Amino acid sequence: MKVLMFGWEFPPHITGGLGTACYGLTRGLLKSGVEILFVVPKAYGDEDSRYVKMVSASDVEINIKEKLFQEYWKQITYLEVYSNIVPYLSPEEYDRIINKEEFAGSDSQESIFSKKYSFSGKYGSSLMSEVARYALTASKLATENEFDIIHAHDWLTYPAGIAAKSASGKPLIIHVHATEFDRSGENINQNVYEIEKKGMDAADKIITVSNYTRDIVIERYHINPDKVVTVHNAVDQIANIERLEYKRHLQEKIVTFLGRVTFQKGPDYFVEAANKIIQKDKNVRFVMAGSGDMLYRMIKRVAQLKIATHFHFTGFLQGDDVLKMYSLSDVYVMPSVSEPFGISPLEALMSNVPVIISKQSGVSEVLRHAIKVDFWDIDAMADAIYGILHYKALSDVFIKYGKIEVDNLKWEHVGFKVKGLYEEMLY
Amino acid sequence: MRNICFYFQVHQPFRLKTYRFFDIGANHYYYDDYQNNYIMNRVANKCYLPTNQILLDLIKEYGTRFKVAFSISGCALDQFEMYAPDVLKSFQQLADTGCVEFIGETYAHSLSALKNKDEFEYQVKKHSEKIQALFGQQPKTFRNTELIYSDQIGAMVANLGFNTMLTEGAKHILGWKSPNFLYYNPINPTLKLLLKNFQLSDDIAFRFSQQTWGEWPLTTEKFVDWLNNVDQKEEIINLFMDYETFGEHQWPETGIFEFLKALPGKVFANSNYSFVTPSEATKKLQPVAPIHVPYPISWADEERDLTAWIGNELQDQAFDTLYALRDKVIQCDSFDILKDWKYLQTSDHFYYMCTKWFSDGDVHKYFNPYNSPYEAFINYMNIIADFTIRVEEKYNNTTMSNQDVQKNIEQIEIKQTRKQITSNTQTEDNRFYKIDQIIGFSDIKTKKVIKDCKPEVLAYAFMDMDEKIKEKFMKNITVRDLKVVKTIMENITKVNSSDITESRRTIENIMAKY
Repeated sequence: MKVLMFGWEFPPHITGGLGTACYGLTRGLLKSGVEILFVVPKAYGDEDSRYVKMVSASDVEINIKEKLFQEYWKQITYLEVYSNIVPYLSPEEYDRIINKEEFAGSDSQESIFSKKYSFSGKYGSSLMSEVARYALTASKLATENEFDIIHAHDWLTYPAGIAAKSASGKPLIIHVHATEFDRSGENINQNVYEIEKKGMDAADKIITVSNYTRDIVIERYHINPDKVVTVHNAVDQIANIERLEYKRHLQEKIVTFLGRVTFQKGPDYFVEAANKIIQKDKNVRFVMAGSGDMLYRMIKRVAQLKIATHFHFTGFLQGDDVLKMYSLSDVYVMPSVSEPFGISPLEALMSNVPVIISKQSGVSEVLRHAIKVDFWDIDAMADAIYGILHYKALSDVFIKYGKIEVDNLKWEHVGFKVKGLYEEMLY
Repeated sequence: MRNICFYFQVHQPFRLKTYRFFDIGANHYYYDDYQNNYIMNRVANKCYLPTNQILLDLIKEYGTRFKVAFSISGCALDQFEMYAPDVLKSFQQLADTGCVEFIGETYAHSLSALKNKDEFEYQVKKHSEKIQALFGQQPKTFRNTELIYSDQIGAMVANLGFNTMLTEGAKHILGWKSPNFLYYNPINPTLKLLLKNFQLSDDIAFRFSQQTWGEWPLTTEKFVDWLNNVDQKEEIINLFMDYETFGEHQWPETGIFEFLKALPGKVFANSNYSFVTPSEATKKLQPVAPIHVPYPISWADEERDLTAWIGNELQDQAFDTLYALRDKVIQCDSFDILKDWKYLQTSDHFYYMCTKWFSDGDVHKYFNPYNSPYEAFINYMNIIADFTIRVEEKYNNTTMSNQDVQKNIEQIEIKQTRKQITSNTQTEDNRFYKIDQIIGFSDIKTKKVIKDCKPEVLAYAFMDMDEKIKEKFMKNITVRDLKVVKTIMENITKVNSSDITESRRTIENIMAKY
């Protein structure tokens, strides 16, 4: 069985949850013996490049000696398509960045608060036209390659999936990692919504990463419930081995928020809850790790509340710094307003950090040993943080049983489940 | 005879390095040495050295007819000593001419006048001491950071023994009055006020090279014409500016150096003006009226107020957090803490957090090492968090855990040993040996020396020791002693070079016994 998969990001360059999930899922599928033709958009910075590039294991800068990667590469065919589309950006943000690049050249200043997206090349006047162009490439790919099924991840690749389906006549699965309602609340971008809706209508099967998202798909996009299946994400077990211990230099307990500082992640509720605790207990430090369009507002708010002595910002963290941040933390809080899944609490648990998660998250469906609060309920959030910090029994229990739960969330299980869906559709 | 009073501000802050959350509690060094060294040397070569030379030549040429005044912040003086001693020397040459007045200010170029009277007085005193030590003058004229002034601040300054103070001739305090007279403080009339003529000052400091300015290019003829056009009854033109105007803000290519070289000659030839220092002006002129300044003013930006440094949420929290520490800081008996306390007060750190980017954005951006005020705030608050921990630790021993108490006792013991070392060296100052001569000692003798040394002494002496000498010690020390020495070395967090020297002297004294 061979799958044409329109995915995102590839190790070692993973910058967010979508890339992590794609990578995990493909590994799980490979373990179940599924062959994959993995297509990824990528800006080469080389205008003469062919429209699609086959990448071999030797081109990738990862430690190929690692057995896992070797097996991975044996079964996967990895294609890079020249495109400027990037995950985690709204059309508006995309416009802003492209325009800035045009005016400032490629010499935009590096800041600890900005994740740098590299854009180069001649295309990309708007995100929408890039998405359409990517779809064109996809239909060409579909006629040139042999496969049994099409699998597309998130809205930017839905048009590619639809195009591949009409070119080949093969069944299409779309995988919903997030919807426009998660990203923008009620003020959705109508164009994005329409692309999502078209993708869902054209799909033969829809995979959602949680029941929370499944409900949104059914209610907001009016999709027949029979077509929508939940397959929860898992978590990368490798991180477990790589976990490092860092020396703590601070005596105070540390409460961490780690993620994009955007509306969707609910950073403002974290600040308000922090304020409540700092008023009562000065023996705590709060850390907001990450960057995003709400960061400056958060910094201002922290100064306004006069809690900056106990509330710190790190900017965007990557790689080892993320693990370091987890290992320094006593509680991890994910107050997301709307989180289709949310892998980060699982990663925190693997670093032995108890977590508090919002009820409006997919991950709350798979974690029983975590405190769950409504994102807007800052009193409950403050209560929970205080409890975990002060009652050791509570945090011990959460760490112990939470970890067991996390250990059972394996990508091979996810792969097995998804393979089952493929089979259902084919036979 | 009418008067021109030239006054230049010289200041360089200790810029802070990128200090991340992970550094809090782990890393207690806050300064960007590379930047500070680099900028100091750049400005020294572009501005301080060449301009000092020009002033020196002018004084040579015109004798006591040409005079200027400087206010050099303590931070700048410290950095001269660290990075550019030749600049300090050239200022000292200027001081020796007798034509240059050095003005008092706060040591750290701080905003303490707005927050804490005691701290303000302490810093002014420290700065005066430094000026006295370096230039042999006791400042009688004062200028507060960025010319910040109010009636209250003036009264404080008068109480500290100053008789003249400089400030901005801000339109909103002067109204119809002219800045070109001597005024006085309404609370304490013994304090005379010299007000900056911002029109003529800024013609040189800001507009000199602006080609869009209608009067560009500015020549000395034109400038002296303007001076002559000033009403004959008006007595003094105060030209106050950043010293870095010459060569740094206005590049040499703009002709700023030639302008400065030619100006005194043109003034003497074509006008009835003469040059005075601020204290001479006070002696020479009669004050005409009090100036009422109920709310602080400064020389910054269009508003001439304090909003460049305080007022937004970020600045206010940083400012309040810093000064809340003062009571504890002054009780800390630690050179390092007091040093950081001074440098963290420098007004520039708050200036970087300014969010009113639009009207005066260019000037702000030019001086700002951060991409945004938010980054400046975060960096500063991280450092303050670490500084607070250090201050609390030093100040407050009562909340320590058992382990910490143990550690503290050990530290105190080490201190006591150090004291003994000091007293030893005082009595036996006739040394026969140098520590490197231990290499010539037999192993038996070396062992005896080591046996007579306290492990603390060895630990300090081993710091930065030449490998060959250290090897000699290592060869002869017992495993048990070595272990003790190593633990002590690990517990030593800060070493002063004086400790090392003292410890080595003690060993040298013991060597003399054998």
